[in-house]
Amino acid sequence: MRANTWAGRNKVEVRDVPDPTILNKRDAIVRITSTAICGSDLHLVDGYVPTMQDGDVMGHEFMGEVVEVGPGVDPGRLRVGDRVVVPFPIACGACGACAAELYSCCENTNPNAGIAEKMFGHPVAGIFGYSHLTGGFAGGQAQYARVPFADVGPLKIESDVADEQVLFLSDILPTGYMGAEMCDIQPSDVVAVWGAGPVGQFAMDSARVLGAAKVIAIDKEPYRLEMAERAGHTPVNFEEVDVRSRLLELTGGRGPDKCIDAVGLEATHGSAHIAAYDQIKQAVRLETDRPHVLRQAIMSCRSGGVVSVIGVYGGLVDKFPVGAWMNRSLTLRTGQCHVQRYMKPLLRRIESGELDPTRIITHTLPLEEAERGFEIFKNKQDNCEKVVLKP
Amino acid sequence: MELTATTTIRKPVPEVYAFWRDLENLPTFMAHLEEVRTTGDRTSHWVANAPFGKDIEWDAEIVGETPGEKIAWRSTGDADVPNAGTVRFVPAPDGVSTEVHIVLVYDIPGGTIGKAVAKYFGEEPHQQLDDDLRRLKQIMETGEVVRSDGAPWGKQSRKEFPQRPAQPLSESELTKGADR
Ligand SMILES: NC(=O)c1ccc[n+]([C@@H]2O[C@H](COP(=O)([O-])OP(=O)(O)OC[C@H]3O[C@@H](n4cnc5c(N)ncnc54)[C@H](O)[C@@H]3O)[C@@H](O)[C@H]2O)c1
Ligand SMILES: [Zn+2]
Ligand SMILES: [Zn+2]
Repeated sequence: MRANTWAGRNKVEVRDVPDPTILNKRDAIVRITSTAICGSDLHLVDGYVPTMQDGDVMGHEFMGEVVEVGPGVDPGRLRVGDRVVVPFPIACGACGACAAELYSCCENTNPNAGIAEKMFGHPVAGIFGYSHLTGGFAGGQAQYARVPFADVGPLKIESDVADEQVLFLSDILPTGYMGAEMCDIQPSDVVAVWGAGPVGQFAMDSARVLGAAKVIAIDKEPYRLEMAERAGHTPVNFEEVDVRSRLLELTGGRGPDKCIDAVGLEATHGSAHIAAYDQIKQAVRLETDRPHVLRQAIMSCRSGGVVSVIGVYGGLVDKFPVGAWMNRSLTLRTGQCHVQRYMKPLLRRIESGELDPTRIITHTLPLEEAERGFEIFKNKQDNCEKVVLKP
Repeated sequence: MELTATTTIRKPVPEVYAFWRDLENLPTFMAHLEEVRTTGDRTSHWVANAPFGKDIEWDAEIVGETPGEKIAWRSTGDADVPNAGTVRFVPAPDGVSTEVHIVLVYDIPGGTIGKAVAKYFGEEPHQQLDDDLRRLKQIMETGEVVRSDGAPWGKQSRKEFPQRPAQPLSESELTKGADR
């Protein structure tokens, strides 16, 4: 089959690879009809996530048709011919973490748990196409994928909605939603979202759906800010204004009640010397992540507020404003999304028209053009917000 | 050498105890074992896996057991690598899970056998036992050892990194199986 693979730093390549086979009894093989490129893939390509190898099949946002099931798959849950959206964390459904609905922390699905434990203190779940640290599972930017625990995670789509309506249930819609849900939004809340990428856009829509009074979008790309504005959110361009001052202005001096970091470890900074400080430290590995957004969110948030982090961090940061966090009673919440928790309720919100995930799709390309897809998404060319690939 | 490790399994104590008490189950999750054969009520014959030392076999006996609490065993006769183990099962505070606490003691000899065993345990001897218990947990909770494309061979996927790439296996790789 054809698959988009990691080919070293800053390089992806669509290659011929073997077709997947059943390795565990509860695996299914899915013929992929739609798949997408995610901001998380950029962290892999840019070389910020260790343990990638030449030839790793990328991609963790995919859906398609079940073409084969292992002998252990519960036929009451999944059969050949079913149309499914596959959640990006692989979860067993049986461990303590799964019982607590902490699916992205599943204790059983990462065969490389030993490495993950060294990095993070405790292991994390397996993830499709997302380094060997999260298991070394081939991803979904391909014609077919092997899906372990196929009768646990995948969501069956029984209506004839278009792929584009439900594809993002695999990751970014639940992720944006979890970002907003962790904020415990009250009707009077002003919610500020850093990052108007796909995840940020969905965090903004979710904050609105959960009843926020006002939602603020922070980014530097005018077209992404315009997209947020068209959806009813208030744009702030961090290259044009001082973010903290503008946020105070927009909130009568209080600061946003809730702040969402939808940017993560590759944040850029409006002020060149601060950006350079962290870029150099990151380059020489004195810190692994650039925490501009995390710092700014903590400093901007009103006392007693919540800072919700869905942008990905991988290792260590420098100059974490621990004093602001502690002295002003802030709550910090975070996680890789527990996608399985949100798929069904969000499918209902899509069906009822409350959320329209298709609004962020700017490009649909054949899988063969994955390399170009990565280029325009990464470099913000051609007003690119989200790329869907068709195998 | 003494190794300890512990894990929590979301299954009741009697189930986890019974699985372990059937010593023939041990090779399904302990990487250094090829086979354990029950030879009597308390006696058994153990065969090591190649990386641990080719042609190492020994007899063992259970020297203490308290149903639902504890099993202790030790090698008998003139084993190449005299060893002993104790496993305790403790109900976890959540009321549904079992804490498994294991202690293994190896009397590592000199010579080639000792070298092979030392190499098997490597620089981080605890890692092997931790991984053994992770696989026990996978089997008890999900029915089998989880495989990925990067680490496709279950308990024989010993090399952590670099591994084979995270892409599906070719037919020849599948037929050949784990290379060890
Ligand atoms: N927690 C999870 O489960 C989960 C799931 C999916 C994605 N993510 C993460 O979410 C993040 C966003 O993903 P995406 O697909 O939207 O990526 P993206 O790269 O398209 O978007 C990131 C946006 O942040 C903007 N940005 C950079 N620096 C900024 C700053 N200082 N202030 C404000 N905005 C800034 C960029 O201009 C860009 O528009 C990534 O870190 C991704 O890994 C997390
Ligand atoms: Zn993603
Ligand atoms: Zn689990």
